[in-house]
Amino acid sequence: MAGKPKLYYFNGRGRMETIRWLLAAAGVEFEEQFCETREDLLKLRQDGYLLFQQVPMVEIDGMKMVQTRAILNYIAGKHSLYGKDLKERALIDMYVEATMDLNEIIMHHPLQPPEAKAKHLASIIEKATTRYFPVYEKALKDHGQDFLVGNRFSRADVQLLETILMAEECKPDILSKFPVLQAFKARISNIPTIKKFLQPGSQKKPPLDAKLLPKVMSIFNIGNE
Amino acid sequence: MSGKPKLTYPNGRGRMESIRWLLAAAGVEFEEEFLETREQYQKLIKDGALLFDQVPLVEIDGMKMVQTRAILSYIAAKYNLYGKDLKERAFIDMYVEGTADLMGMIITFVFTPPQERNLALIIERATTRYFPVYEKVLKQHGQEFLVGNRFSWADVQLLEAILMVEEKEPTVLSKFPVLQAFKARISNIPTIKKFLQPGSQRKPPPDDQYVATVMAIFKKD
Repeated sequence: MAGKPKLYYFNGRGRMETIRWLLAAAGVEFEEQFCETREDLLKLRQDGYLLFQQVPMVEIDGMKMVQTRAILNYIAGKHSLYGKDLKERALIDMYVEATMDLNEIIMHHPLQPPEAKAKHLASIIEKATTRYFPVYEKALKDHGQDFLVGNRFSRADVQLLETILMAEECKPDILSKFPVLQAFKARISNIPTIKKFLQPGSQKKPPLDAKLLPKVMSIFNIGNE
Repeated sequence: MSGKPKLTYPNGRGRMESIRWLLAAAGVEFEEEFLETREQYQKLIKDGALLFDQVPLVEIDGMKMVQTRAILSYIAAKYNLYGKDLKERAFIDMYVEGTADLMGMIITFVFTPPQERNLALIIERATTRYFPVYEKVLKQHGQEFLVGNRFSWADVQLLEAILMVEEKEPTVLSKFPVLQAFKARISNIPTIKKFLQPGSQRKPPPDDQYVATVMAIFKKD
């Protein structure tokens, strides 16, 4: 028993990626066990590992935690990345819920039927540039601090950086009208734990490629599970 | 300025209902402003009231809070319904995320085209994925509440989910005796009991008019 958290998921981003980011940002080493086939997932279920029969699952501090947000909340709380009081927490929560909303849309992009892809991509870009990024641009500009909340590094900064990078994969110049976010991106990327995670060979996962899609669909029986 | 939290949402359950439940359970009086037209909604956006152009919006303690889970977490913590430490919080979070997933299926049900609706799946999930977990948790520790032998957000949300599923399938708890007892017990907590009475701010299940209003306000496509 290493004592390190152990992540159970398929070998790709999905809903586990935000958890990988947060652990990495907190400087926490973790292990991973990948579901490669549907049978792997079914075995986890049969062995009673998955409270609601779903992954992500993270073994941490003697718990088999499920539910992405529960896991993120626990990691953030444990590693002091969740603000200093209830009000900072409230602001962090608002910010991260929105990044998760945008992530969710981006996550679903590979699953769109070919005829819907272009429209979906346009919708991602529109939401990112009119609903979400302007909020963070303004928040940072208004207080002029390095971090989103409480003048201190928090999960909100980690999750925003993750989302920015995913959005840039959709459109490389998506931050062109957001100079403060460009500076934020550079600054947060340079934090040692984050910088390490951004280097090749880390546990950060690549975007879902088209070849991987049928395998993911079959493992998770997406749409029917 | 009354000092009471103020909720802005259409006059129906949707994503605001869990917030109404939690405030009521905590014994917190609240006011409501109902969105009825697209113009009202656009005005809120223009006035900068909606951080991400979305409702629910809850004005509370000087903040204009958005994002359902952010709001629920804040209320739960403020009113001591979120456990005593990080680990209890972890369990509460897992349990409420589970019930939120189940209720999410029901919330979106009325907005799904009729030919795509799958009531059987909702009932199957309730009876094979979610309710067995809570039945087992309660049975194993034999306590009155889900977490830490103390009333929490998890209990409120489980009761809400149970009642919501029962509206779709009245016999859904037939194989869950511990949950039946839980339901009776939590329903009897004075603040909850009051919320369950006619005339409270609890909203009825969505009807065609509610769906039409929501579609018109948000032009959902």
